[in-house]
Amino acid sequence: MEIRAEAITKRFGEATVLADVDVHVHAGELVALLGPSGSGKTTLLRIFAGLEQPSAGRILLGGEDATQVPVQARGVGFMFQHYALFRHLTVAENIAYGLKVRPRASRPSNAAIRARVTELLDLVQLPGLERRYPAQLSGGQRQRVALARALAVDPKVLLLDEPFGALDAQVRRDLRRWLRDIHERTGHTTLFVTHDQDEALEIADRVAILDQGRLEQIGTPDEIYEHPATAFVAGFIGEATRLPVEARGGVVRLGPHALALNGTRLADGPASLFVRPRDLVLADDGKANALPANVVAVRRAGPARRAELHLGEGLPTVEMELPADAVIGKGDVVQVALTRLRVFGG
Amino acid sequence: MSRTMMPETSTRGVPAPPAPSAAVTDEAPLTRWVLIGAAVAFLLLFLVLPLIAIFAEALRRGIAAYFASFADPDTQDAIRLTLLVAAIAVPLNVVFGIAAAWAVAKFDFAGKSLFVTFIDLPFSVSPVVSGLVFVLLFGAHGVFGGFLQAHDIRIIFAVPGIVLATIFVTFPFVARELIPLMQEQGTAEEEAALTLGASGFRMFLTVTLPNVKWALLYGVLLANARAMGEFGAVSVVSGHIRGLTNTMPLQVEILYNEYAFVGAFAVASLLAGLALVTLVAKALLEWRYGDALARTHRHG
Repeated sequence: MEIRAEAITKRFGEATVLADVDVHVHAGELVALLGPSGSGKTTLLRIFAGLEQPSAGRILLGGEDATQVPVQARGVGFMFQHYALFRHLTVAENIAYGLKVRPRASRPSNAAIRARVTELLDLVQLPGLERRYPAQLSGGQRQRVALARALAVDPKVLLLDEPFGALDAQVRRDLRRWLRDIHERTGHTTLFVTHDQDEALEIADRVAILDQGRLEQIGTPDEIYEHPATAFVAGFIGEATRLPVEARGGVVRLGPHALALNGTRLADGPASLFVRPRDLVLADDGKANALPANVVAVRRAGPARRAELHLGEGLPTVEMELPADAVIGKGDVVQVALTRLRVFGG
Repeated sequence: MSRTMMPETSTRGVPAPPAPSAAVTDEAPLTRWVLIGAAVAFLLLFLVLPLIAIFAEALRRGIAAYFASFADPDTQDAIRLTLLVAAIAVPLNVVFGIAAAWAVAKFDFAGKSLFVTFIDLPFSVSPVVSGLVFVLLFGAHGVFGGFLQAHDIRIIFAVPGIVLATIFVTFPFVARELIPLMQEQGTAEEEAALTLGASGFRMFLTVTLPNVKWALLYGVLLANARAMGEFGAVSVVSGHIRGLTNTMPLQVEILYNEYAFVGAFAVASLLAGLALVTLVAKALLEWRYGDALARTHRHG
């Protein structure tokens, strides 16, 4: 079922947490709400669920206005950041909760509930843990139980708040792919909140980026990564370093250097250049757009090596990913070129 | 209302690290024995001896005299009244305590800390003052005195006054047990229940209440002990009318003043017995459900 937030604004007292946000999730899609803390992403998720009321705007579930529909009747499966499992109930009772609280007429029989619990525990790969209590589970197991509990009520939409937030790095990576698998198998329209861009870019069909309550960009991971629409997205995604530049007449001035804009349209005035480690390559002397740079340090970053470069007086250092065979050390002066120019006015 | 500090139950079962020969916190043997001896002597002198004295005095003229003192109709009325007062005051405070704890723990509102402070008022104010407040409000010359007399409603020197005073002094027990626990638990489980389709009431019954049940029982236990044992506030509003407005603690005083020592101590032994039962039940709760209770024991 498709879901849509239309011009959602949320104020808490004086503070505006969300300002005029539009997000559309197509049926069966997996969409990430990505942003730094305080960007309003969790609030938007809670508004979708009906746990918060928007100050203005509408929520549409399956094309129908659900803004006034109470949380119980929205048919959403919500997974909380710390899972919020019922601590006094067993795993099986947790999963069965949503079925047991149904009015008698629509409540499945006890046998049917038991069968559903078993089926869900198989789906989340936790068979045999029915009688455990949440306190007896590991973080990863709790997360799976929470997902099974949310799925038990056959929700039309799955809303996940930082689904991997409380887990350690190794478990996170395994569960990412697992969540993607579950999504493919069950086909639920899913919206999840995360502050981890790797997570969002890896598993989401589309990513919506929020900052300070505003939707900065929504698009596929490739669009977001390759074509950031705003200065915020360019700075937020891909470990970019922001360099202050000055644009004038088709050229940007970076400290002592001048770089040709090559068709990128930019109003004259102060601007920001965003440089990712992979945007820099070693260049031969005298090549167009080549810049001399001082190597401040060379460090290992996982499989790659990176050089920290100083491009000029008063500029922050930038990182460059080095080719495996590059013989470069601290103190060298190298010529580098930018493979692409990500410049935003302001 | 002294409370014993609980042992840290969370460390139970964790093997102690091998102790170095002289830890910095170790005292010299002499110091240790003097300290332990002082504590034990104090305990004997001020707690155990008086307790023994109560039962010894009550049984001085034999078992028959002890039970005969309960045949006194005034004493029976006092016991009945005490049970009645507790039966009204304790459930009301359960309702109030849950409501107050819910409001404090799950909502933000202006004046919240002031509200929490006011919950503690009955702990910090003298019981006599607690009683006097109601006399000033509902007594013959009190604020509502004229109105009450005109409508022939008796509160002071009658059972309603005793119930009011008892509610007042037992006000904080349940709320204070629940507030820290509910605050710590937050609202996520309640929200989860709502998203799964539970109604507000259903959520309360299946999530909120089970999560606080032991703390609630603990609070009820303490509130009940206080409700039955309260002397000061009740004494002020009671009027000491025999067979009508005398609770057990007041009956003890009256009998004692009339040199009916066996009767006085017999009734006192019931109260002491209640205290012992409360103590045992409390210890059991702490032992069995210490994890759920321990957090609430920051207050005295």
